[in-house]
Amino acid sequence: MEVFDIFLLEAILNGLLLGGLLALLSLGLNLVFGVIDVVWICYAELIMCGMYSVYYLHVQYHWPLALAMLAAIALGALLGLTLHQFVIRPVLRAEPINQLLVTGGVLFFLQAAATLAFGIEFKNLGVTLPSVRLGEMSFSAARLLAFAVALTGMIALYFFLSRTYLGTAIRAISQDRAIMPLMGVSPARIFGITSALGGALAGLAACLLVLQYDVHPAIGLSFGPIVFLICVLGGLGNMLGGFIAAFVFAQFIAVGGFFFHLEWGYVLAFVFFIVVMFWRPQGILGK
Amino acid sequence: MIGNYPLHLAILVLLWGYIYTSWALMGRLGLVSFGHGAFMGIGAYTVVMLWNHFGLSPWLGGLAALAFTALVALLIGYPCFRFRIVGHYFALVTLALSEVARLVIVALRDQTGGSLGATPNGALREGATISLGALQFSSKEVWLAVVFAFWLGGLWVWRTVDRSMGRLALQAISEEEEAAASVGIHVTRAKLRITLVSALMTCAGGILYAQYQLYVNPDTVSGIAISLQMVFGVIAGGMFVMLGPTVGAAFTLLLAEGLRLAWGNRFPALDSTIYGLMLVLFIIYMPKGILGAALDALRKR
Repeated sequence: MEVFDIFLLEAILNGLLLGGLLALLSLGLNLVFGVIDVVWICYAELIMCGMYSVYYLHVQYHWPLALAMLAAIALGALLGLTLHQFVIRPVLRAEPINQLLVTGGVLFFLQAAATLAFGIEFKNLGVTLPSVRLGEMSFSAARLLAFAVALTGMIALYFFLSRTYLGTAIRAISQDRAIMPLMGVSPARIFGITSALGGALAGLAACLLVLQYDVHPAIGLSFGPIVFLICVLGGLGNMLGGFIAAFVFAQFIAVGGFFFHLEWGYVLAFVFFIVVMFWRPQGILGK
Repeated sequence: MIGNYPLHLAILVLLWGYIYTSWALMGRLGLVSFGHGAFMGIGAYTVVMLWNHFGLSPWLGGLAALAFTALVALLIGYPCFRFRIVGHYFALVTLALSEVARLVIVALRDQTGGSLGATPNGALREGATISLGALQFSSKEVWLAVVFAFWLGGLWVWRTVDRSMGRLALQAISEEEEAAASVGIHVTRAKLRITLVSALMTCAGGILYAQYQLYVNPDTVSGIAISLQMVFGVIAGGMFVMLGPTVGAAFTLLLAEGLRLAWGNRFPALDSTIYGLMLVLFIIYMPKGILGAALDALRKR
């Protein structure tokens, strides 16, 4: 018997790739929470809208894939802005739990509206990227691409937040909501921009997901919960924490799924989450 | 004689009304749980699995399910309350719980039938309409009486809680936890008690649901979708009045059935689309729900 199992290594590396994707998914949610202090429960449903738009623009209207993806990112930004203006703004001063519930209502609405508009069939983009072989292991190119884009996106966001005026204003608002208006920063404007940015990140995630998975109205429920748990595990609003938590979670899913069945990987990850919450309710890197 | 269809609707309204009432016992006191799908799933699946695999009567299976639910509720509740996991965080931890329940049911597919669901073995002999030992009744009138009794029981629990010292303590906790603790309220114990009551009642609702439908499916008795359904049903009806959850159950069911009767199955998700839109509007403009807002309007006149 071999000492080191090559398939276990493959599972671990695949987990790493999945981690990159999950990290990107958690990024937009964390950004919005950090700045506006609202959890978008419907975040995964925004991603679903992005996936549908790539699918329809590319397959139905024969747009080039790259253009369809850019459109999906723009649509995501628009959805994020709309969500903020019409749903979040009216409840900004209400009880925090109402803010959580109102986006839950949006989740319900988007899921049902997608069923109504597009039907419950699974839609496949029909683009298959080849798989990359490395020795005896093989990896899907779509996952490698997602990993690379996720890393690039995160680095770009980091530079945007730390090097530009707007990014500095966003970080300042997230640190002290009361004092920034006195410094000449309009919170309403920053909130709008942040929401658009969060929506655009959802659109970007949609472009990567649609290459790997079929889109259907309930797809949000299949990865939405994981993304929230990752954000909470990392400390809500803490992007670095979310980043680490994404990789931890992905390893649980990949390695747990390797030894047992895929669902058990998820069960392990969720149980791990619950246990960590008891130990550090504010998340691994929370304040 | 009432036709079967209105009877079926009445049973569902009362059954969901009872389950929503159980959830609202906690929810109205600031403990917004997204984990009640787990308790319902435990109730439904424990009973059906024990019956199918070991021939254990649902009466005994029900006891096992309640004991199991109590254990899970304590395992989750105690650390949550002890370590002050509140608000968003409580909602998200319990959300993980309801997904764990769903995934475990799916993962044990050799025993549970996985995503395809499971049917309790039939116990009704030729001509019989009631099998008390197997808790299977083919007559809808019997079911109506059973769920009505449970629904009344749920309201009775609500009223009892309302009149107890415990509610005052919990209300104080939901407003300001530290202040409540400083005047000598045992925060963890008070929260744990109401959580246990609410979880056990929801578990019983799951048992009834499984025995009435004679079919269980991980997606319809557990998981995040069913947990959200409970939360939103209660919000629509009104969280803070005794009959609010029941009004929510009646409203959602009649909306779905009404639209189905009006347009048939041409628009399969139209009811949920309208419902989702209304939920968003409710939470923004009418956070007390239909019944709460109606009572407020009456009081003003």
